[in-house]
Amino acid sequence: MPTIYIDNKPFDVKTGKNLLEACLSLGLDLPYFCWHPAMGSIGACRQCAVKVFKDEEDTRGRIVMSCMEGVKDGLRVSINDETAKAFRSQVVEWLMTNHPHDCPVCDEGGSCHLQDMTVMTGHNYRRYEFKKRTYTNQYLGPLINHEMNRCIQCYRCVRFYKDYAGGKDLNVFSAHNHVYFGREKDGVLQSPYSGNLAEVCPTGVFTDKTLKEHYTRKWDLTNAPSVCQHCSLGCNVIAGERYGKLRNIVNRYNGEVNGYFLCDKGRFGYEFVNSENRITQPLIRNQTIEATAYDKLIQHAGKLLSGHTLVGIGSPRASLESNYALLELVGKENFYQGIPDDLAYVEQKIVDILESGAIHTPSLKEIEEADAVLILGEDIWNTASVMALAVRQSVMKTAANHTTEQIPLPSWQDLAIKELVQETKGFLANVTVVPSPLDEIAAVSMRAAPDDLARLGFAIAHVLNPSLPEVPDAGEMINTQAAIIGKALQQARHPVIITGTSCWSNALIRASFDIAATLNAGLAFVLQECNSLGLAMMRAPSFEKAAAYAEETTNITAIILENDLYRCIPAIEADTFFSKCKHIIVLDTLHNRTTEKAHVLIPAATFAEADGTFVNNEGRAQRSCQVFMPANKEIRESFKWLSDIRTLQTTAGNGHERNPDDLLLAFENRFPKFAGISKVAPPHNFRIHGARIPREAHRYSGRTAMTANMAVSEPKPLQDDDSSLSYTMEGYRGLPPAPLIPFFWSPGWNSGQSVNKYQQEVGGMLKGGDPGIRLFEKTTTLPAFYQDAPEAFVPRPDKWMLLPQYHLFGSGELSVYTAGIASLSSGPYVSLSKHDAERHHVRNGDMVSVKADNKTYTFPLSIQESLPDGIVLVPAGLRGTDALSWGSWVNISTEIV
Amino acid sequence: MISHLRTMWLVFIHLFHKKVTIEYPEERAPLAARWRGRIVLTKDPDGGERCVGCYLCAAACPVDCIALQATEDEDGRRYPAFFRINFSRCIFCGYCEEACPTYAIQLIPDFEMGEYKRQDLVYEKEDLLIDSQGKYPGYNFYNVAGLDAGVKEKGKGSNEEEPVDIKSLLP
Repeated sequence: MPTIYIDNKPFDVKTGKNLLEACLSLGLDLPYFCWHPAMGSIGACRQCAVKVFKDEEDTRGRIVMSCMEGVKDGLRVSINDETAKAFRSQVVEWLMTNHPHDCPVCDEGGSCHLQDMTVMTGHNYRRYEFKKRTYTNQYLGPLINHEMNRCIQCYRCVRFYKDYAGGKDLNVFSAHNHVYFGREKDGVLQSPYSGNLAEVCPTGVFTDKTLKEHYTRKWDLTNAPSVCQHCSLGCNVIAGERYGKLRNIVNRYNGEVNGYFLCDKGRFGYEFVNSENRITQPLIRNQTIEATAYDKLIQHAGKLLSGHTLVGIGSPRASLESNYALLELVGKENFYQGIPDDLAYVEQKIVDILESGAIHTPSLKEIEEADAVLILGEDIWNTASVMALAVRQSVMKTAANHTTEQIPLPSWQDLAIKELVQETKGFLANVTVVPSPLDEIAAVSMRAAPDDLARLGFAIAHVLNPSLPEVPDAGEMINTQAAIIGKALQQARHPVIITGTSCWSNALIRASFDIAATLNAGLAFVLQECNSLGLAMMRAPSFEKAAAYAEETTNITAIILENDLYRCIPAIEADTFFSKCKHIIVLDTLHNRTTEKAHVLIPAATFAEADGTFVNNEGRAQRSCQVFMPANKEIRESFKWLSDIRTLQTTAGNGHERNPDDLLLAFENRFPKFAGISKVAPPHNFRIHGARIPREAHRYSGRTAMTANMAVSEPKPLQDDDSSLSYTMEGYRGLPPAPLIPFFWSPGWNSGQSVNKYQQEVGGMLKGGDPGIRLFEKTTTLPAFYQDAPEAFVPRPDKWMLLPQYHLFGSGELSVYTAGIASLSSGPYVSLSKHDAERHHVRNGDMVSVKADNKTYTFPLSIQESLPDGIVLVPAGLRGTDALSWGSWVNISTEIV
Repeated sequence: MISHLRTMWLVFIHLFHKKVTIEYPEERAPLAARWRGRIVLTKDPDGGERCVGCYLCAAACPVDCIALQATEDEDGRRYPAFFRINFSRCIFCGYCEEACPTYAIQLIPDFEMGEYKRQDLVYEKEDLLIDSQGKYPGYNFYNVAGLDAGVKEKGKGSNEEEPVDIKSLLP
């Protein structure tokens, strides 16, 4: 470990880092703009200048850019040297010559890296007397706002958008002091990671347009650490509230999961919390006055429960607490997963594999560090967007690592490495049903039906381990591809296999397991909802089992927890189920087709209004904390409603509300597989020096005025009995434990860049370890290979295999409540292969009818060139569309309009 | 004895001194223009609201008695959707005026704000907004800001160059 001397004080630093990283990791303040911990150094902004001395005697020294200087033993540096300080303040002064006088109307103000750095360098008065440069702005879509005047030319936006995220439609134009960062012409930014520009840009050129709709400064937000609800990856986010409305979502760094970046669905898909469509009032239907109050509702629910046969339907998007509270209420034997049988079967297989301990399931960070990736059947671009970003980093980093093994270059030397690497890429095989933008960086990309993909998987397993059986009648295509992919995976040191449930295919999971187990590779699964894995681990039967039970039993009271069954169960089956139930109690956040069926409707809290624990795709249990208490007291967490109903029913409780900690402890005792989840976050009575952790910044404003219009006497601050976070600005101001970081802030660092003060080292894990507890670890168990390749997929003459096409924007149940996301989501369509379309003489835009689940759906045709024959794709989960029996064989008919 | 007489004399000649007491409310004390009294929100020379909803006054307020919500019109011009000052908490320190980057919030020489009910001391935007530019006539924030919010186009503000033609190759 080299020792460097900063202003004559010795410090031990880590090898291979640059001086800027080393200084920041030591907690020293050094201004910078162009450097980003995830993107390395290019030395463009000249802001991080320090003085380096030859030896102890050297008094003159030389100015260097600390981001471009590697650390070496005995290096003598001065940050506080007068010339270095003068240099830095001059650089900021130059950058500020053209920066507009906009801060009061700029959304970045108060969390602006440029403001912080300007203050840090001491520049406060504009001496430049000439005019300011101006630019015209561009329309960049409904999610990102553009105000080009504010640009300081640090190039971070294009380095992120093009180099890091692989976007193509943002670039730098023009020359010298006229450079312009934008698109070729106005238009929606195409990359699903464009929202990160708002955080990457050190100033207000790119800002969050959804925040602009209800703008609030960072210091005025009530924040809490939360977990993204829109896919199974469980990215860590910080959600901010003001005046009872959720205002924005920003990234919460978690070194193992999402790192520095989020996808646009996660960042912008929060508006459902503020939706007009929220359920705000408990209802008992079929009586004169349907609206009811808490006491009456609990009593009524109690009546419906006692003496009836109970069916509890859980939800993959509800927290573990809520699912468990339902299980407690209805009893384990009456608890069902609210998902179709086929999906439950696939998920069960995943849980079996994970629980066997035979393979390791990698975190997103490990996927980034993999040196060969095989994606088998999962459209991760749409179903797990941030994982696609991680895969891209793996492809790029592998090539860079190969290069730096030959030529000794530090990994942070971004530009030099890019020059050397050129177009070389790491190995990625993207073998899926549908094409994806990842194909551009894939060494092998192949389209086939799920069964054929599984056959390819088994063929690869056979290549890797000839003792595994050969795939019968594999054909040349599969054998050649298997040989190529197998060889690449064999050569890799850290291969990763990615698969998932979006093909609704069990064979794919088995094939992926055989490959991963042979190679001892990481095997990552992608599931559908934020708590799919948590629910699957409870091993409850599927919805079909509940429906079959309802068929043969009378007097059923069904309790449906935060689950719109019409989104995953074909309408006819759901209707039949509901018609068999005598009473239907539904707890949910938003009105939907299932809540319409409810006889008793109970308003549940969203993730922002509730505490909850979620298990992500790698089996990491993570806590999401309540961001704000809804002003409407009728909206309560599902587990509280369910526990209260149970208390009344069993008269077991002593009137005390149970907090989530107790619930999780009971859960752990009942399901030992979940051991440890009660310790995911510190308990509710955790205090630091007797103080709670404040959700509000110390500069939170308006306490004595925000409710003064209703009553001039200020109410007592809200009391949070469920977590150790407080609803005030008072409390412990130091570093909170990592799972409870409500926002990133440090003196002098108001922007999100202050995260470096919370990390053990820059880009490393948070102090105290990254949040979340992994529930599965690899053991020494020997793998039991499946070895059962399915039959080859053969297109049938008049039947098509119905498969879902997921869309990042549109397929989410909750995210489409954001107007911007809804406007970017696709309408319904039907996709056929080019050959199939020609065979039926239909062209793009012609209306095609799909007969599925006793209904006919007519949508315009969109021909997918590379789609295998015999498959029909229909977008899944679009708002207002029915769930279909994915994976079934359907009839289609064509009518030319 | 002499001391007593002296005292009486001194008291007596006060009869002929100028009176210090002001017969309020019949008579009113002259207040300086910079006297810190009732808070108002002023308007731009073009008649629009000066407040751009930047939240700096609220952040500066030591008793946290200012609450507002910024919103935008179709031109992108910011204004407060609501602006509330709880005068029963206000200490008239003037920090809000000092913090205001647009001269919108101003303290004026008026202190006659007594109310029988404390609730009546909560002033909303309608109560605060006056139809005047206050102490800084002629100032419009959007003329000096870079933003185009319907007040001036890009490059038309004071101290601004015409927008860059990014297609030009000239130096």
